[in-house]
Amino acid sequence: MSVDQATVKRIAHLARIAVRDEEIGVLQGELNAILAFVETLGEVDVEGVEPMTSVMPMPMKKRKDIVTEGNIADLITQNAPGTEDHFFVVPKVIE
Amino acid sequence: MTDLTDLTLAEARDALARKDFSAVDLAKAHVGAVAAARALNCFITETPEQALAQAAASDARLAKGEGGPLEGIPLGIKDLYCTKDVQTTAASHILEGFTPPYESTVSANLWRDGAVMLGKLNLDEFAMGSSNETSYFGPVISPWRRAGDPTPLVPGGSSGGSAAAVAAKLCFGATATDTGGSIRQPAAFTGTVGIKPTYGRCSRWGIVAFASSLDQAGPIARNVRDAAILLRSMAGHDPKDTTSVDVPVPDYEAAVGGSLKGKKIGIPREYRIDGISAEIDGLWQQGIAWLKDAGAEIVEITLPHTKYALAAYYIVAPAEASSNLARYDGVRYGLRVPGKDIADMYEQTRAAGFGKEVRRRIMIGTYVLSAGYYDAYYVRAQKIRTLIKRDFETVFHDGIDAILTPATPSAAFGIGEKGSADPIEMYLNDIFTVTVNMAGLPGIAVPAGLSSQGLPLGLQLIGRPFDEETLFTVGAAIEAAAPKVELPKRWW
Repeated sequence: MSVDQATVKRIAHLARIAVRDEEIGVLQGELNAILAFVETLGEVDVEGVEPMTSVMPMPMKKRKDIVTEGNIADLITQNAPGTEDHFFVVPKVIE
Repeated sequence: MTDLTDLTLAEARDALARKDFSAVDLAKAHVGAVAAARALNCFITETPEQALAQAAASDARLAKGEGGPLEGIPLGIKDLYCTKDVQTTAASHILEGFTPPYESTVSANLWRDGAVMLGKLNLDEFAMGSSNETSYFGPVISPWRRAGDPTPLVPGGSSGGSAAAVAAKLCFGATATDTGGSIRQPAAFTGTVGIKPTYGRCSRWGIVAFASSLDQAGPIARNVRDAAILLRSMAGHDPKDTTSVDVPVPDYEAAVGGSLKGKKIGIPREYRIDGISAEIDGLWQQGIAWLKDAGAEIVEITLPHTKYALAAYYIVAPAEASSNLARYDGVRYGLRVPGKDIADMYEQTRAAGFGKEVRRRIMIGTYVLSAGYYDAYYVRAQKIRTLIKRDFETVFHDGIDAILTPATPSAAFGIGEKGSADPIEMYLNDIFTVTVNMAGLPGIAVPAGLSSQGLPLGLQLIGRPFDEETLFTVGAAIEAAAPKVELPKRWW
């Protein structure tokens, strides 16, 4: 399988990465090189094989549903580019 | 007195316990070495004040006889590990200036045991690369050079800063991470020892995530014993990482020097890839002979799905990366580039913040997870992963204790020599290492000789799950049999 330029633009948008028009062709070539490289997987018989979901099989660990580290809003927001009263500030979403 | 930076970690530890010198003396020697090696670009952030303060605290504990297993030992930390109040970048513009208010579990374990931090080490951006050339903060220059040739060489990647700093004697050891070979390949390129432990052996908590089902922390050090000492401190169960496994951490150092009598070493025929260089194959044959001489039984084995591992990896790893890196959106931390609305802000921030290799992998990952392609690519790759793991389970079930392979398909290459036209050319560096991550197994790279151009070459050992001890035993046997790889003399 290979991707066309419209697909490259669609993937970029899905990935939320702005791509300039002049970069589309280069990206298309790179993505198609990788897709051609992984083509070989098509020849493996995977009939009846379970996909790996856990690297080291073990029972799911659980913990009590309680606050472990609370009251650290200062720390949580200290690296944000924009904050106000412990809220993250973003451009207006609703007109 | 010899230069304190020439000691091994174990020698320094024992000398500190004997009070031959102080932890502050040792820290000063290393802080000086780090400052004198800026031409290598190993560190993104140096923390000399912290190193000296920690060393002074170590001296106080040593004086009271309360020293920990790593008391006063200066280390470098890969800049993928979050360190409290010290900038953590993942070598990406998008995280530049990020100062975590918390400490990763593995680095916290090292400080618990008395280690001293010299600074944060350079790496490929988000650990995506095999040469340390994708770092936003510039490439790391290897302390190694080809004989009679000053061409700057790569130290390998992604833990290139870690490997170069250890090889240049800027620190006794360094933390690293390995998703497809990022500990073992740079160790092999720099004549150092690097071990990726079993998936789940070390906590991933507080380490910037690349591909969560493949990432694992481990050390790079100057010899097998030092790597064993470091891993013992780094490893252990952590309730904050649900994939960290609650099994006891053995005294790995005790495994160094053990006998190989009765050990079965598998030689997988599928690793004899087309076009393997005579030099690499020769090294491999030499390694087989050393282990045989040391009393091991050599067994030809087959791992039939090996040739699909790298392709499956380049679906699974980008898929997980695209999901993990979705968090960098200019809202909670890191870079923000304004846009005309919130979606545009995300897109402009991520376009400016991610380098080309990271962007490429996010896009491939997004594609293979997108509607209509998920089953054909991602699910198929995860099924092939099951088959790769089953291959290993079969040979281990048949009594193999460890598997010997080359670590890399070549010695280190020059900066700018590979991958600029075709990304696959760079990806092929991981051909021998990536199967280990796909199966979650432990793997160690040990220096075994020099190339015709005078550059280090390494051998890899792959072990059973949670049997790192056998890797230290067999790795130490290779180290003992191989001609000593002398680290480069200072030219920087």
